[in-house]
This record gives sequence, C-alpha cells and structure tokens, in this order.
Amino acid sequence: MTSIYGPVTDWEHDFDHADPEYNANVHQIWDDLLNKKQCPVAHTERYGGTWLPLTHEHVREIAYDTEHFTSRSVVVGTTKPSQFDPQPPPSPIGNAPPISSDPPFHAEARRLLLPAFSPKKIDPWASEIRRICHQLIDDMGDVQFVDAAQQYSQDIPVQVIARMLGFPVQDADKFRHFVHLVLESVNEDRETRLAKFMVFDEYLTHQINDHIANPRDDLTTYLLNAEIMGNKLSPEHVGGTIILLLVAGIDTTWSGIGSSLWHLATNAVDRRRLAENPDMIPTAVEEFLRAYAPVTMARLVRDDYDFHGYAMKEEDWVLLPFPAANRDPNVFHDPDTVVIDREENRHAAFGLGIHRCLGSNLARLEMNVAIEVFLERFPDFELDQSEEVTWSVGQVRGPRRLPVRITARS
Amino acid sequence: MRVHVDAQKCQGHSRCYALAPELFDIDDYGNAHELNDGVVPEGLEARARLAQANCPEFAIIIQE
Ligand code: HEM
Ligand code: SF4
Repeated sequence: MTSIYGPVTDWEHDFDHADPEYNANVHQIWDDLLNKKQCPVAHTERYGGTWLPLTHEHVREIAYDTEHFTSRSVVVGTTKPSQFDPQPPPSPIGNAPPISSDPPFHAEARRLLLPAFSPKKIDPWASEIRRICHQLIDDMGDVQFVDAAQQYSQDIPVQVIARMLGFPVQDADKFRHFVHLVLESVNEDRETRLAKFMVFDEYLTHQINDHIANPRDDLTTYLLNAEIMGNKLSPEHVGGTIILLLVAGIDTTWSGIGSSLWHLATNAVDRRRLAENPDMIPTAVEEFLRAYAPVTMARLVRDDYDFHGYAMKEEDWVLLPFPAANRDPNVFHDPDTVVIDREENRHAAFGLGIHRCLGSNLARLEMNVAIEVFLERFPDFELDQSEEVTWSVGQVRGPRRLPVRITARS
Repeated sequence: MRVHVDAQKCQGHSRCYALAPELFDIDDYGNAHELNDGVVPEGLEARARLAQANCPEFAIIIQE
C-alpha cells in the first residue's frame, strides 16, 4: 500500500506521514530534516496542507496552545472536517469528546472519564492482564517461531478493554478490525468506510442496550450512569465514548508492546539485563516509550496564523510528533541511544497539556506486564532473519509483523 | 528541601507518584500534590530530584 498521493521524494517540501517509508525510516527522516536540511518545520500540500514541527519546544507550544490550534480532528485525512460535515459539532465539543474537544467543554468530558482510569482503579487489573499474557503464550504451543506482534502484542489491549467494558471476550477481533478501519484505511473511499462503520455501530448499540437491561459492575455501566453537567449520557454518547476508548487504546498499546519487544529482539545485552533483572522493567518501559513513542497526534489551525515565521492557513493540519519531541537533544541527553536505565526521562509519549492520555496508567501497566511475562516465559529470543519485520502506516507507529525465534523458554 | 506541584501545569502523568510515592499522591482526577506540606524527609532528596526530572510538564518545583 502506498499513499494516495504517491511516494515521497522530497521530505522537506512534500512529506507524507502515510507513506510506508515514513514509519519504517522515521528516525533517519527526522535527522535529515533537522540536521542536513536545517528544517525544524516541514510542510506538504498533501491532505490540503499539512505541517510537521519536529522540536520539543514547537511540539510543546502547539500542544499547549488550544487557542490557535483546535483538536476538532486529530487524525489527518484527505478531507477537512468542514468539507465532509457542513454542520459538525462545534469545536468545543467535536464528535469524539474529549479527544476532539477544546476548552472549556474539554474539561467536562474528560472529568467524566478520569476516575475510571486513575492509578488506584487501574492497578488491580495487573493480575488479570498477567493471566491474559500467560494464556497467549500457552496458546502458541511448543513452537520455535512466533510472530510477537500478531500472536501476542496485538491481543493484549483488545482482551483487556473487552473485559473492562464487559463485552463478550470472543468479540475482541471485532474491535481490532474496527480500529483498523478508522486508523489505517484512510485511503479507502468514504462510502465503503461508512458501510463498515455502520455494522460496528449496530453491534455496539446491541451491547449497550444489553447493559441498560442488565447493569453490571463494568465500564459500560459506569458510563451509562455517569453525568455530564447534571445530565446522564445518552446511549449514543456512551457509544461514541466506547469507540474513542477502542480507537485510542488498542493500536497504540499494541504498538508500544511491539516496539519494546522489537528492541529486545534486536539487542541481546538489554534483553539479558531485563531477563535477569525484572525489577528494571518499569524504567526500561519508560525508555521504550520515549525512544519508540507510538503516537503522533494532529491539530487544525483555527485561523490563519504566523507560527514563528511559518504562514499557517486556516484549517491546515499540524502533526504533533511526540515521538520526534522525545529525541530532541535540548531535552534528552544522547537522545538517539536507547538507555534502558535512563534516569532523567520526561518523555511526551502520552502527549503534553490538557489532552494527556487518559489511558496512560492502563497503557503503562499493560506494557510492563506484557514485557515481564514475555521475558519470564522466553528469557531468550531473537529476530527471525528469514522473515521480514513490517511497520504500521499512519499516525500510530509500531511493528505489525515481528517474527522472532525463541531460543530459551521456561 | 521542599517539593511543590504546580497545579496549573500538572496534567496527571503520574510519574511523580510512581517514582516517589512517599513524597507525592495523585487524586482520582489526575491532580498530583505533595505530601507532608512538601517537606522532603532526610534521605529522600535524590527521589525528589528524580521525580522532578521525569515530569513531562515541568510541573514540579524544588526549593533547597
Ligand atoms: C502506549 C499506549 C498509548 C499511547 C502512546 C497513547 C498516547 C496518547 C496521546 C499522545 C494522547 C494525546 C492526544 C492529543 O494530544 O490530542 C492520548 C490521548 C488519549 N488516550 Fe491514549 N495512548 C495510549 C493508550 C491508551 C489507552 C490504553 C487508552 C484507553 C483505554 C487511551 C485513551 C486515550 C484517550 C481517551 C485520550 C484523549 C484524552 C483527552 O483528549 O483528554 N490511550 N493518548
Ligand atoms: S509527573 Fe508532573 S504532570 Fe505528572 S502527575 Fe506528577 S506533577 Fe503532575
């Protein structure tokens, strides 16, 4: 698959984050832009005009500046929101609160979800996540070659969120296909995507109605009982929120786990250190989040705006590459080296400012447990050189095929 | 030594609470705050600095 605009030849003036080359060679591309081309903010006419700032300072400034940059749409697409939806929900709300919301509404929508994802609510899930991880490894059987992206990393976030929502666990596959539709098939035409969307919407409505009829102790029932500005949420709003949790939580965490395992499969020293010292895993996970941050967000320019000499136009897209900010030498010492016991690490993998990832406590827990269990069961493994590693395309970056050879098990 | 969380800047990344739970707590809405009026017990100074160096929002202030 290539981008509908064709392959990129000039990353400075015509970049495309959905060109498969981008995620596959992203560190080289940023390095060339910053150091060879002296280009801290790249631009392209693709997608109707898109900017790519690369320094921590610029990314931070844009993330904090909700006045000039709106979150109305955070995934870059070929059509601007004003084109496909003549009367979209106004900017403070957007169609997937809180991620698509701006102040002051944003805080209300976020407040509703925060308690469900606080450390004290999330920590008790550790044993269930550990059980899921062990089960996935048991299911692999006694084979020597496994795909650590497809057979392991991919399944963990879907199984966890299905349990949290109180949905049938065997439906986890449905979630994955749906998220793929939203995030990766930006090139498919609108009608096809809408039709597939409707099928999932029906499924969701069915699950929500079932929860209305039979309330239980889970996240769906919590959402049905939650209030925003004194009113209970409508079933449609609950459905929209669940969709956001699936889209925001699945491919992202899959990518975080996958990239960490990719690093370990390609670095024997780090692999051995962590296998022998599992108590180092939490610090290492922060370093994997820094060095291989999975998520790049986007904003839309609200009105024509001069950003440090760059003439941004109303409704231009601005990518927020938190992964590039995480490799800025002004904030991180020796940023291109992965140092698994790095002590000073104020990475921005979960964003900066008011939209800080709502699921960050859950994502961190899943990554920690996933790495711990994998190393416990497979204390030694390496890339399977006869197969190819493939990377995702688009704003979420992580390995989609990660063939490894297991060389020790316990 | 004293620590203080700037509530205007804190966004609830929870790094301080993970790294130094003796010095910081975080509420259900992701607002962190210092414990014990921010007084850092003897021996925990390095932990306070560690928390400060890991806060993505530069929200932790240390007074020596
Ligand atoms: C390693 C995994 C993950 C990464 C790297 C990640 C990253 C991010 C980032 C960078 C943002 C900021 C968005 C912005 O600035 O526009 C964000 C927001 C969000 N994330 Fe995550 N995320 C992950 C996992 C999760 C999980 C597991 C969930 C929930 C189940 C989740 C739910 C959300 C929600 C609801 C928001 C919107 C918050 C708001 O707008 O106030 N994420 N995430
Ligand atoms: S690390 Fe910083 S932003 Fe995060 S909770 Fe602590 S003070 Fe707040």
